[in-house]
Amino acid sequence: MKTTAVNIAEKEYLLPGNRTCPGCALSLAYRYILKALEGQAIATVPASCLTVLHGMYPVTSVAVPCVNTPFATTAASATGLVAGLKALGKEGLTVLAIAGDGGTYDIGIQALSAAAERQTDFLYICYDNEGYMNTGNQRSGSTPLGAVSGTTPILGKQQNQKDIAAIMEAHDIPYVATASATYPLDLYDKVKKARTIQGTRFIHVFTPCPPGWFFPFNNTIKIGKLAVETGWAILYEVEGGVFHLTSASESIAQKGKLKPLREYIAEQGRFKNITEEQINELQDRVNVRWKRCLERAGDSRS
Amino acid sequence: MMSKKTKTRASAQMLDGNHAAAEAVRLSRAQVIAAYPITPQSPVTEKLSEFVERGELDAQYVAVESEHSALAVCTSASMVGARVFTATSAHGLAYMHEMLHWAAGARLPVVLACVNRAMGAPWSVLNDQQDSISQRDTGWIQIYARNNQEVLDSIVQAYRIAESVYVPVMVCYDGYVLSHTEMPVDVPTQKDVDRFLPAYEPHTILDPANPRNYNLVTLANPRVNAEGVLCHGYMELRYLLQEALQNSREIIINVGQEFGELFGRSYDNMVWEHRLDDADVVMVAMGSLAMEATVAADMLREAGHKAGVLGLRVFRPFPKTDVAKALEKRRLVVVFDKNISYGSEGATCSEIKSALYGKSTGPVIRNYIVGLGGRDVKAREMADAVSKWLLSMKDGDLNQEYPEWICAI
Repeated sequence: MKTTAVNIAEKEYLLPGNRTCPGCALSLAYRYILKALEGQAIATVPASCLTVLHGMYPVTSVAVPCVNTPFATTAASATGLVAGLKALGKEGLTVLAIAGDGGTYDIGIQALSAAAERQTDFLYICYDNEGYMNTGNQRSGSTPLGAVSGTTPILGKQQNQKDIAAIMEAHDIPYVATASATYPLDLYDKVKKARTIQGTRFIHVFTPCPPGWFFPFNNTIKIGKLAVETGWAILYEVEGGVFHLTSASESIAQKGKLKPLREYIAEQGRFKNITEEQINELQDRVNVRWKRCLERAGDSRS
Repeated sequence: MMSKKTKTRASAQMLDGNHAAAEAVRLSRAQVIAAYPITPQSPVTEKLSEFVERGELDAQYVAVESEHSALAVCTSASMVGARVFTATSAHGLAYMHEMLHWAAGARLPVVLACVNRAMGAPWSVLNDQQDSISQRDTGWIQIYARNNQEVLDSIVQAYRIAESVYVPVMVCYDGYVLSHTEMPVDVPTQKDVDRFLPAYEPHTILDPANPRNYNLVTLANPRVNAEGVLCHGYMELRYLLQEALQNSREIIINVGQEFGELFGRSYDNMVWEHRLDDADVVMVAMGSLAMEATVAADMLREAGHKAGVLGLRVFRPFPKTDVAKALEKRRLVVVFDKNISYGSEGATCSEIKSALYGKSTGPVIRNYIVGLGGRDVKAREMADAVSKWLLSMKDGDLNQEYPEWICAI
């Protein structure tokens, strides 16, 4: 049964008041992630915006046990938590590795890839704000083509993003999903499902960032929805190798069509210097990806 | 140091240093082992994998993809409450550097075997002590073994020490010279080691019923918690780490003494001596190099010099008082270092000078850099090096700015 606003668990593990920026999508996503885990988790968190959210000693805004760990080590730390729990015979807890795009696509990918290859039993969540936002918005492996950042200040980024979910899928892990903070019930259900699966589970969560993407902080939901409606972010899951579109992406596939990507780009100051050529390239990329997703969804149905 | 009373039924085996280390880890009942292969450490990891796969050691063996991850696995497993072990050498240890700081800063009783090897560039797989010396400021206790018996004994003791003071311990032994050289080693029984080393009682709690958040961002100044209680700032946490190392001397000695009572081999000092009683010339070194120095000292004795050796067993915490007491009344101290702090001198030489600062009867101190990248260090060369300074002492400069090297230049 799909979760709704009516039947969702009430207990909160993200306490009121934290240190994230106004309109932070991570704050929203994390709230639902912890709810879905019912607090029965140990989190490991590398240097990232989430470190900021977790607070400053001796005060924390998170009512779940957590270890902080150096930037490159999220998946290795999670491996250590899993190994430690197993060695001590402690069962029933989900080890939650949760890192940003910099900590996942870039500095953390070695440890993550190795842990996935070892089929380590943890849930890895990458919250993707498409840049090094905690250090003040520098380009990452997830920053889109044409976006200005602290280290692509004039010309904007000249390369496309990696497809991290596809990279993780290539590791033959039992569960890969994409989600968005602005579709929290879909995220909630994916975490709930992932919780019950053994082995390495990976969820990519799209988290719009008002100060990094240069949009007003009251537009987070609007930007997140536009991302899905234009196909920039596609919501799906791959469970045991079987692909499904979910939530709004599934609805669009069934009865609608994608909005032009231009509508999504126009709302964000980070694309202020983007060229027509780059917009077309991004649109082509979305079209190719969307077509592939529709084909995969069709293959799964047939 | 070898005591005559042997109370236990240990078995003497011919073991190389790596095998001795693996036996120590098995006997210490490590619960999580994570390591990445590097020469000359790799036989330790192979032996431990074998123990785990044969069911002779009930542990999780994690074959990680890097040394950085090896220590990250260990720190997080230690946070959960498991007894952990890793081993590495040279570049692997350097790659761990960030995590070495993290393990000490988080006050986790990780035990690491460092099989000492030279650092590149250029590549060398052979022995010196540049790797572990380069990590001296990471907050770890460092113990240097001089033979394979000490490798085994030091690792077992390292768990007692680490778990008493909540500081990680690095047990260092020379690559090839010890790691790949077989010597007779008494392997204690599991029953006896269990008597010596109780199960680890963690000081960290990772429990949803009592959720705690470890190693959060910590400000420089003390700060109040939700109950209004003033808690440490970063500076206070660093003070406590230094205090733990300063105070660990007593624990290291007590643990070594207790080990001696149970196993007949006492380690009741931070340093060890060879013919030191009446010596006016003292050679100082660490690890297997100090064993070579004992042969050199005997040669010097035969030539009529009152020579002895001070072996450094523990480099961190540096036993300033013990060293000062042992050296302050001597005429000449010659320090042999298998490492160098480039632009200055050998690391142990600096420590010894620091330990003797302000002593009115301080000796003349000379420093030799030797044995880098596996260069053979002969006892004869060491004895000649000492003789050279004995001859020139009358007209020699008291303050030698930089060390001498025993090499072809």
